[in-house]
Amino acid sequence: MKRLSFLLISCAVLGSMQSCKMKNTESAVSGDAASKVYVAPGKYDEFYNFVSGGFNGQVTVYGLPSGRLLKMIPVFSLNPENGYGYSEETKDMLKTTAGYVPWDDQHHLELSQTNGEHDGRWLFANANNTPRIARIDLSTFKTMEILEIPNSAGNHSSPFITENTEYVIAGTRFAVPMGNEDVPINSFKQNFKSTATFVSVDKNTGNMDIAFQIMLPGMNLDLSHAGKGPSHDWFFFSTYNTEQANTLLEVNASQKDKDFIVAVNWKKAEEYAHAGKGKRLPAGYIHNTFDEHTQNTTSTLQKEVLVLDPKDCPDMLYMIPCPKSPHGCDIDPTGEYIVGSGKLAALIPVFSFSKLQTAIQNKKFEGVYYGIPVVKYEEALYGEVKKPGLGPLHTEFDAEGNAYTSFFISSEVVKWNIKDLKVIDRSPTFYSVGHLMVPGGDTRKPYGKYLVAYNKITKDRFLPTGPELAQSAQLYSIEGDKLKLLLDFPTFGEPHYAQALPAQKIKDKSTKFYDIMQNKHPFISLGEKNAKVVRQGNRVDIYMTAIRSHLTPDNIEGVFVGDEIYFHVTNLEQDWDVPHGFAIKNNPNAELLIMPGETSTLKFVPDKQGIYPFYCTDFCSALHQEMQGYLRVSAEGSNVPLKYGTNATDTASVLTAQK
Amino acid sequence: MNKLTAFGKASIILVMLFLAFLWIFPMWQIDLRAPQYPGGLSMKIWINDITGDVDIINGLNHYIGMKTIHKQDFREFIYLPVAILSFIGLGLLVLLLNRKISYYLWTVLFLVLGLVSFYDFYKWEYDYGHNLDPNAPIKVPGMAYQPPLLGYKKMLNFEALSQPHIGGWCFILAGVLLVLGCYYERRKSI
Repeated sequence: MKRLSFLLISCAVLGSMQSCKMKNTESAVSGDAASKVYVAPGKYDEFYNFVSGGFNGQVTVYGLPSGRLLKMIPVFSLNPENGYGYSEETKDMLKTTAGYVPWDDQHHLELSQTNGEHDGRWLFANANNTPRIARIDLSTFKTMEILEIPNSAGNHSSPFITENTEYVIAGTRFAVPMGNEDVPINSFKQNFKSTATFVSVDKNTGNMDIAFQIMLPGMNLDLSHAGKGPSHDWFFFSTYNTEQANTLLEVNASQKDKDFIVAVNWKKAEEYAHAGKGKRLPAGYIHNTFDEHTQNTTSTLQKEVLVLDPKDCPDMLYMIPCPKSPHGCDIDPTGEYIVGSGKLAALIPVFSFSKLQTAIQNKKFEGVYYGIPVVKYEEALYGEVKKPGLGPLHTEFDAEGNAYTSFFISSEVVKWNIKDLKVIDRSPTFYSVGHLMVPGGDTRKPYGKYLVAYNKITKDRFLPTGPELAQSAQLYSIEGDKLKLLLDFPTFGEPHYAQALPAQKIKDKSTKFYDIMQNKHPFISLGEKNAKVVRQGNRVDIYMTAIRSHLTPDNIEGVFVGDEIYFHVTNLEQDWDVPHGFAIKNNPNAELLIMPGETSTLKFVPDKQGIYPFYCTDFCSALHQEMQGYLRVSAEGSNVPLKYGTNATDTASVLTAQK
Repeated sequence: MNKLTAFGKASIILVMLFLAFLWIFPMWQIDLRAPQYPGGLSMKIWINDITGDVDIINGLNHYIGMKTIHKQDFREFIYLPVAILSFIGLGLLVLLLNRKISYYLWTVLFLVLGLVSFYDFYKWEYDYGHNLDPNAPIKVPGMAYQPPLLGYKKMLNFEALSQPHIGGWCFILAGVLLVLGCYYERRKSI
């Protein structure tokens, strides 16, 4: 009898071990997932998902729920595919005070807002490495503006925005000395500063301008988010390395039990800036704007910046202690709750904005940090989510009072309720999620429905491609209490933060082509009759037209080795989806993709004589393969007259007549 | 009794009104559809203009050597408004004269005008579809691209549908009304 019961117990134990095996993909995906992400051919996705490209420097656009790649928008990296950063018109977009920087590390995105909701006008993107902020127009999906940020390094807590896009934020991750001062690295505590830069955004044009910088003690500003509703006037930054280490941060910046969330009253800062409390300090930074009409970039060097020192500006800054090197700093849709995610902590602290205000009024401070009052932890705390997971990073929200937090170490996303701070559900990610995103999840009105986890590690998730693997995005349904994994797809570059908005908010105002009558490019050829070649010294301007299926002129002679040749190609088409490409043999300078009604310029400096074919690279028509021409490059000093045309017997005589 | 009935007089005013619509709405519409043009292309022919996706159609037609369509090439856009305006003017005269015979003559004039217009339209379509550039990149032996005068036709990758627009329907309605009017006037005179 005893033996029998032992046997039974053993069986039961074995059985239960079977049922509590580790969760894998098979157990994580339920049967109807496929139908939820299936978007039939010819049908549109429900959401545009704008995803940061990380180390590839660009922004990618996916459709949700299908995960289909719709577009890669070149922002901070050269893009030979369409000539971004190579063409004469766009090369200055990548100009900085350090010259032409061909690449950056693009981490976070933020869609423009009005009254705390997406207004579908612009998308802002940060550059982490060479501090910059870009603005992308959502009617053309084109980068229209890039602003460099002075007195900063590692522009990480950026480009988060206030509720009416009054300001877009840039915060320093790597504290550096102001004004590029030459100081010993170990003088960090005395000389290194962090800055929170407030960039104003013009209501109508979207043009950015640095309004003021707040100079903070040297530490790492990590992430940020603006307040909402009652906390509208405030901006919150998470910090780490308040230990102020300048070496082996892994250990030396993980010593303190708590770092801070910096609460900035930006309305007050604005008042101080207007009242002349700031100092205009010399600082060089470059501002690049792309003009839609002239289709050219204007680069301007700005020479000073208005800096606010907290010492001169009382009641502008407060510090909230936050456990263990907080990363995410996220504000719920009501604007009352501030979620700090201590990436080394085993809990998630949730702060209350109203408690913070009371604490400030009643001066419930536990001390000061470089003159900035530090509010008592308990006085600002609403509560803690206990044992949520390991390594909390970021939190997004739905409209029903729930929060979703990503956990890097335990590789999962966790749903919890903001009011009672209880965990509702958890679901694994494959693997090691960084950011996560709920459509509209950082606005006042989240759209909900889906959650996307952006994973750092993919290992066995897709067919192997050698040692270098893609990162991935994973789509979950968040309708109902349970998180349901629906889909995963590899991403372009490393995705960090992302944004999504319903397709109908922008899809109908997407530009189909440029009106050629609005084209004010200085080198436009308005019609084939105006195509020409003009020589001035060794500069040769070729005013060329492209229309299905020929280039005008397509035979060009009288050009010499060492000439600086500019192909100004105007696409004469006025129809949807008829771009032309332009490339010429041996040109070490990429190619062009010219949209209908647009003019783009490719520079070519031939260093050898010969016949150089050029052609249309974008399959435009049934006679695309015929869309080609020849440039004859002769030896320097040879006696070859300038001659050009398309299907013309001789243009030399015409040219003589013009003279 | 040679005088017009009340119906006859009213029909004159109505016909003049219908014809005035030719300046407000297009007469004819030709719709084209191909795989690459999911939204379709459309060309609208007015009494004095041609509108719609004319530039795009011109761009496409160069492959098969069709002539490009330009408003200024159509003398019809001068003659037709003059003819219709004169016809409306004559309508006033018919109303003033108040004689059945003038009403009948006015109707005959309308029918002649209509037939000549249709013949002219057909002739233009024939010429447009058959008179191809011998140097055209795409030549399909035996293929002509004459659009249908009325109705549907498939030409290479394009499907074409030709039909009256509101102005055209008004024109047709004016004709029907006039014929009915003649019939009525005849009966009342017996």
